[in-house]
Amino acid sequence: MTDLSSSLSAVPSLQRKFETRALRSILLTTITWVSAMLASVPLFSVLYMLITRGGARLSMEVFTELPPAGFEMGGGFGNALVGTFVMVGIAALIAIPVGILAAIFLAELGPQSKLANSARFAAKTLTGLPSILAGVFAYAMVVLTTGSYSAPAGGIALAVLMLPIVVLTAEEAMKMVPKIMKDAAHGMGCTNSQVIWHVVLPTAMPAILTGVMLAVARAAGETAPLLFTALFSNYWIYDGGHINAMSPTASLAVLIYNFSGMPFDNQLELAWAASLVLVLIVLVVNIVSRLVGKTKI
Amino acid sequence: MSKPFVVPVQADSVCQPPSSTEFLIDRTFRALARLGVVVILALVAALVFEIGSKAVPGIQKYGLDFITGTVWDVNQQKFGILPAIWGTLYSALMALLIGGFFGVTMAIFLTQDFLPPRVAAVFRTIVELLAAIPSVVYGLWGIYVVIPAIRPLTDWLSQSLGWIPFFGSTLSGPGLLPAALVLAIMILPTIAAVSQDALRSVPLKTKQAAYGMGATHWEAILQVIIPAAATGIFGALVLGLGRALGETMALAMLVGNSNQISLSLFSPANTLAALLALNFPEAGPNEIEVLMYAALVLMLITLAVNVAGSLIMAYSQRGSK
Repeated sequence: MTDLSSSLSAVPSLQRKFETRALRSILLTTITWVSAMLASVPLFSVLYMLITRGGARLSMEVFTELPPAGFEMGGGFGNALVGTFVMVGIAALIAIPVGILAAIFLAELGPQSKLANSARFAAKTLTGLPSILAGVFAYAMVVLTTGSYSAPAGGIALAVLMLPIVVLTAEEAMKMVPKIMKDAAHGMGCTNSQVIWHVVLPTAMPAILTGVMLAVARAAGETAPLLFTALFSNYWIYDGGHINAMSPTASLAVLIYNFSGMPFDNQLELAWAASLVLVLIVLVVNIVSRLVGKTKI
Repeated sequence: MSKPFVVPVQADSVCQPPSSTEFLIDRTFRALARLGVVVILALVAALVFEIGSKAVPGIQKYGLDFITGTVWDVNQQKFGILPAIWGTLYSALMALLIGGFFGVTMAIFLTQDFLPPRVAAVFRTIVELLAAIPSVVYGLWGIYVVIPAIRPLTDWLSQSLGWIPFFGSTLSGPGLLPAALVLAIMILPTIAAVSQDALRSVPLKTKQAAYGMGATHWEAILQVIIPAAATGIFGALVLGLGRALGETMALAMLVGNSNQISLSLFSPANTLAALLALNFPEAGPNEIEVLMYAALVLMLITLAVNVAGSLIMAYSQRGSK
């Protein structure tokens, strides 16, 4: 008998006791859940406002008409939509070829060379560049030289912001191409550029496209670089049979900024509608890029 | 053209060495790719040179008084950016405090087995979408949603706790707190994404060892996993700070653009980026000089923070290998 009780007392009690550390776990888990929920609130709030306030004003005429002045009613932001497309297009035409060529060098031709390492560092530094400084740069280089605010100046400012994204994502994409495939092509007697054109680029294309589209989406939403490079305009960029390439150009982002501070309800409604359109463009590009990226190599 | 592949093959063989045209194409293409890399380097050099050289007249004229001066008045030709520097740092640090907390918590939430994979994917998408919304839309949302929403709270705080310098004035519309809140939302995705990478790179064995010793879920997270990922998380915070320092639109719309140095969270302030955004479009030649000087200061501040962040990230990745 005594043997049993003494050996029993040696066994720790298996009864669950209340432990402060269990309480602390529960508390921390609750805090984490609440924080995650709180962090999701802004997205839904923004989307809700865009759909209710912006959706109310959305109609065909906002896409075809010019921005209204002061007390005017109606109007739209057709010229700003065109301006955004034109400037993002200019930026893409500059940034995509240069970016992919540079990425080819970084990933395939001289990945460990000094040139590549310094370019990689430069590209990483550029990703952290405040977007307004891209605007200051384009102002100093293009606006001061040509003497006028223009769509190309805005496009160049956006290209500065797109370039590092394209370079870094395209480099990563090309690094994912299996070495065996490249070796096989080299073994068949391909030159370096044949390997790149016929093996590396086609294989990495979905991932490169993802990077390119993310860069386009970012550029479409940028405002700061356009404020004093493209400025704003109340007229069409294509007017009376010729294109006013070297004159101030409207963009959706700058229109939202300008109209957000105006005391007129009409302009404010247009700012919300333009925000909805801008967010839709950015989100659609984002989602498409993700679908493209999911295509398996 | 030299032909390193010259091997004894018959003229009608399927195998042929690359022709001289193919060599030419190869050379040209490689030269083009090298040119692309040179363009990137040239771009960075041009960026620093353009802003630096245009700032020189301003630096010669105003010197260091520009950085310590507190008045910005075009009519008197007095320019000082101390309030803007103060506002830039204050708003960025406030945003980092809020965005850092939520960002790191979100990263823990998404990586440490709190959620089934599908639900985690939903939250991950939410965070990524937060990053996709343009800053000008956040600015608009801030003016018409955030400011009215926080006003009752700020009024109460400034009335009952007004003796604390942080709550020293009332929120009369735009101000530092709404700007910092919106800024926090904007840097949250960056911090969450980079911290997730850091947390994921902690080896599973480390976690298993912690559980094996009887640690609870949270003890393992707080005492083992976070210390192991600390460098990476710190790098994420520094990169987030870099983003906050350079963000323009949300601040230009929400911070109030008033040149004053105040500890109060509710008073309007100014930041370097907002100063540039507001003054550049209407600036005369005299003002351009000083704005270029201000741009140079902003560039140096963000460059220092971003390079520090990249170095910390590189260091943490080296440690985890």
